[in-house]
Amino acid sequence: MAKEYETVIGLEVHVELAAKTKIFCGCPTAFGGAPNTHTCPVCTGMPGSLPVLNKKVLEYAVSVGIATNCEITRYGRFDRKNYFYPDNPQNYQISQLYLPVCRNGGVEIETAEGGKKIIGIHEIHMEEDAGKLFHDEWENCSLVDYNRSGVPLIEIVSEPDMRSAEEVIAYLEKLRLIIQYLGASDCKLQEGSMRADVNLSVREAGTEAFGTRTEMKNLNSFKAIMRAIAGERERQIDLIEEGKEVVQETRRWDDAKGESYAMRSKEDAQDYRYFPDPDLVPVVISDEMLEELKSRQPEFREAKMARYREEYGIPEYDIDIITGTKHMADLFEETSALCGQPKKVSNWLMGETMRLMKEKETDAEELRFSPENLAKLIALVDSKAVNGQVAKEVFEVMFEGNIDPEKYVEEHGLKTVNDEGALRKAVEEVIAGNPQSVEDYRGGKEKALGFLVGQTMKAMKGKADPAMVNRVLREELAKRPISEGE
Amino acid sequence: MNLLDMGAVELAAAIRDGKATAVDAVRASLERIEEKEALYHCYVTIDRKGALAQAEAVQSRIERGELNGPLAGVPAAVKDNLCTAGMLTTCSSGMLKNFVPAYSAEVVLNLHRAGAVILGKTNMDEFAMGSTTETSAFGETRNPWNPAHVPGGSSGGSAAAAAAGECFYALGSDTGGSIRQPASFCGVVGMKSTYGTVSRYGLIAYGSSLDQIGPIARNVTDCAAVLEAIASHDEKDSTSMERPDTDFMSALYEDVQGMRIGIPKDYFGEGLDEEVRNAVLGAAKLLEEKGAIVEEFDLRLVDYAVPAYYTIAAAEASSNLERFDGIKYGYRTTDYNGLHGLYKKTRSEGFGEEVKRRIMLGSFVLSSGYYDAYYLKALKVKALIKRAFDDAFSGYDLILGPTAPTTAPKLGESLADPIKMYLGDIYTISVNLAGLPGISLPCGLDGAGLPIGLQLIGNCFQEKKLIRAAYTYEKARGIFPAANEGVKITSDRKAGE
Repeated sequence: MAKEYETVIGLEVHVELAAKTKIFCGCPTAFGGAPNTHTCPVCTGMPGSLPVLNKKVLEYAVSVGIATNCEITRYGRFDRKNYFYPDNPQNYQISQLYLPVCRNGGVEIETAEGGKKIIGIHEIHMEEDAGKLFHDEWENCSLVDYNRSGVPLIEIVSEPDMRSAEEVIAYLEKLRLIIQYLGASDCKLQEGSMRADVNLSVREAGTEAFGTRTEMKNLNSFKAIMRAIAGERERQIDLIEEGKEVVQETRRWDDAKGESYAMRSKEDAQDYRYFPDPDLVPVVISDEMLEELKSRQPEFREAKMARYREEYGIPEYDIDIITGTKHMADLFEETSALCGQPKKVSNWLMGETMRLMKEKETDAEELRFSPENLAKLIALVDSKAVNGQVAKEVFEVMFEGNIDPEKYVEEHGLKTVNDEGALRKAVEEVIAGNPQSVEDYRGGKEKALGFLVGQTMKAMKGKADPAMVNRVLREELAKRPISEGE
Repeated sequence: MNLLDMGAVELAAAIRDGKATAVDAVRASLERIEEKEALYHCYVTIDRKGALAQAEAVQSRIERGELNGPLAGVPAAVKDNLCTAGMLTTCSSGMLKNFVPAYSAEVVLNLHRAGAVILGKTNMDEFAMGSTTETSAFGETRNPWNPAHVPGGSSGGSAAAAAAGECFYALGSDTGGSIRQPASFCGVVGMKSTYGTVSRYGLIAYGSSLDQIGPIARNVTDCAAVLEAIASHDEKDSTSMERPDTDFMSALYEDVQGMRIGIPKDYFGEGLDEEVRNAVLGAAKLLEEKGAIVEEFDLRLVDYAVPAYYTIAAAEASSNLERFDGIKYGYRTTDYNGLHGLYKKTRSEGFGEEVKRRIMLGSFVLSSGYYDAYYLKALKVKALIKRAFDDAFSGYDLILGPTAPTTAPKLGESLADPIKMYLGDIYTISVNLAGLPGISLPCGLDGAGLPIGLQLIGNCFQEKKLIRAAYTYEKARGIFPAANEGVKITSDRKAGE
């Protein structure tokens, strides 16, 4: 009988913080820019330059620690990790080894079986990102761009508490939500603002001791992570079944090929000669700062979901989607506060917003329309100033460019025509022009009415109130003597 | 009126009063350089054109009343480990023989604000590692008192230039005595302030937790004026402190009445030259005569300072010097094999022996398995040394002793035995380990006519006490001869008598 194996997984998650300037200098963190333009003596490692900690980075790191139930290190330090590579201008990375800013935390995830489970967080430390190397095959040389050098990161190191790819994804989703809710990062795997390295080992089910683990790098999506976990689990089990040993090493996942290959083994591991960076003073977190950051913690998703159930009376499914991102939840709450109609706001978000997001491949964070404008649009519909169809058209323009719907409707003459005389005239013309449909309707085919409504709307250039069209049509159709033609 | 006989503050006053100009002063300095430099080799770079242009600009600002500080218009020299925008900054190393910084160190900017005219960059031990200025890749500097002797180090170029009149004052850096020891050997005044008083931004680091920039000048007044000019709170240096009390010139008055001065017995033990001992004790006597209370006491842990220092400084240096890799700036080798070949060959060729020795030592003490036994242990020793000083300062205002165990050795004597050279730092390095201010000033000459240095050590932030005592001693001692005069006075003859 085949043996049963258990997968043991721990994650190292790097998150790029949303600070506008770098961790140790005033250079912008903004993406892009011509090579080596977001640089200064500090982030290019010029002789004599010195690092100074960006306080915002510390605040973000501590906030993430508070939100993930960590102990906050009140007297911390930065350490130098020494290794030679050109992406690292000083040939040491400033990181934290001995006294990381946060330790001993954990977050709760839901397991596939519907239960709950705590994934431990061993530590969170702050560090600087490296520059980027470009290998110019044509010129046979390498170039380095230090725009990324010194971009602030936190590394969240979990305990080896996960047992499946599903738990890994649940944990990452949980971290992503917490960090996004804090505004500490946008956490985009594809763009590298969130990066996960997977430490994985397998052991025979029921055994206590951990197997030898490998570390998998280059995982750029949840799908890649799932595939890499499945692949590595299988590779390790095969080795064990063949009586071979799993080697402790770092492996690079090639998602296109669906396989990994060894980058370096433990034997090649460098001695980083970590020691406290003498250029930086100890990181002391005062009671006041800690209290301030605690008081600034936002309402996280679970609390929000509970409150939505209480306060807004919208369906559970809507709550789940809306609280799935901080931006969507903010939009919902602010618009609801403005217009007092959460159900309608939810409908706009769940319906048209989701449809357009899918169609235009837009993330929730990228939604540009403001709560004010969505509230205005809802009011326009409520007052019957525009009909539903026009409202959708206006919304699409708003979705693209956050225009003011009132102005837009005004400028484009989209207001519903409330002149019943004009409508009645149009209806009369439609009835006269569509004798077949009129006859069908009178013959009992309700469906024919729909066609006549459509024709009337078309004649009104879409600007009529559908309810009014319906009423007037019925009235006009009823006026004709039924006996006619008999 | 010979401008070169004047002190820096005195010269500035003459310029302010219209008796001389900044241009005259620079010309005089350049003439002296012309005359003496071939023999002494104080400088790595002399910026003749730039200095004259600066002098003209400064002179017109003085005339317009925009500059009236105590150093305005005075020619100065800057140690070659301080970045100067557009001017070669080599650390006296082959590794940086072509390095021109894009920015200036904060102290250099402070000097410019004070109206200094920078003559050039002074020679030093390579990356400030050495006690003789013989480890410079560009040749040694010679002692103006006797060119057969070293000027001390690592700020040997700065001290020799100040002593030889090749500048009116100079900036040095002091990691384990690199300002005070060459000042002692060259018969000038050198001062290191409390760690954090002077910004390190733009100082090419050796041992970051120990490095302090400071003045080397011909008298205590000039030293205080320069320190006052360069001390500043700098947000670009995390270890820089905000101090409200950097008006150091206000301490330039004679008064040691009731001042308690401790003499550590441990500083007068084995290895101390007899003539040095007598001169230093003579200085203590003079201060006592002026009203100070002088006592002997036991300062603990003196023997542990040297090993702790060389562990910590080398560890930091091994990391600080990693950035010199041939990739971004400085020297790059030719004919290499791959990236790591480039690193190895560049660094093997670019660094000198002493630098490589300390990089290896530092890398070793930080390596996995040895970190706790060496680096961490050294940090504990450092903390204990600080505590020993705290205890001492609970009883004394100042500590008095020799700056170095001997006067300047002959060229070539020291490098052969690095351990002996390291032990020469025994009186100065604990001051760096404890982050304290210290000053060295001349207190006599030995039988060979070489200057002897008196060291005064203060508690953190007590620079003013130090300056007051040094000033009082200097007045009591009387005028100290200039190096070039070749005047011989003996250590048992109190200067001024």
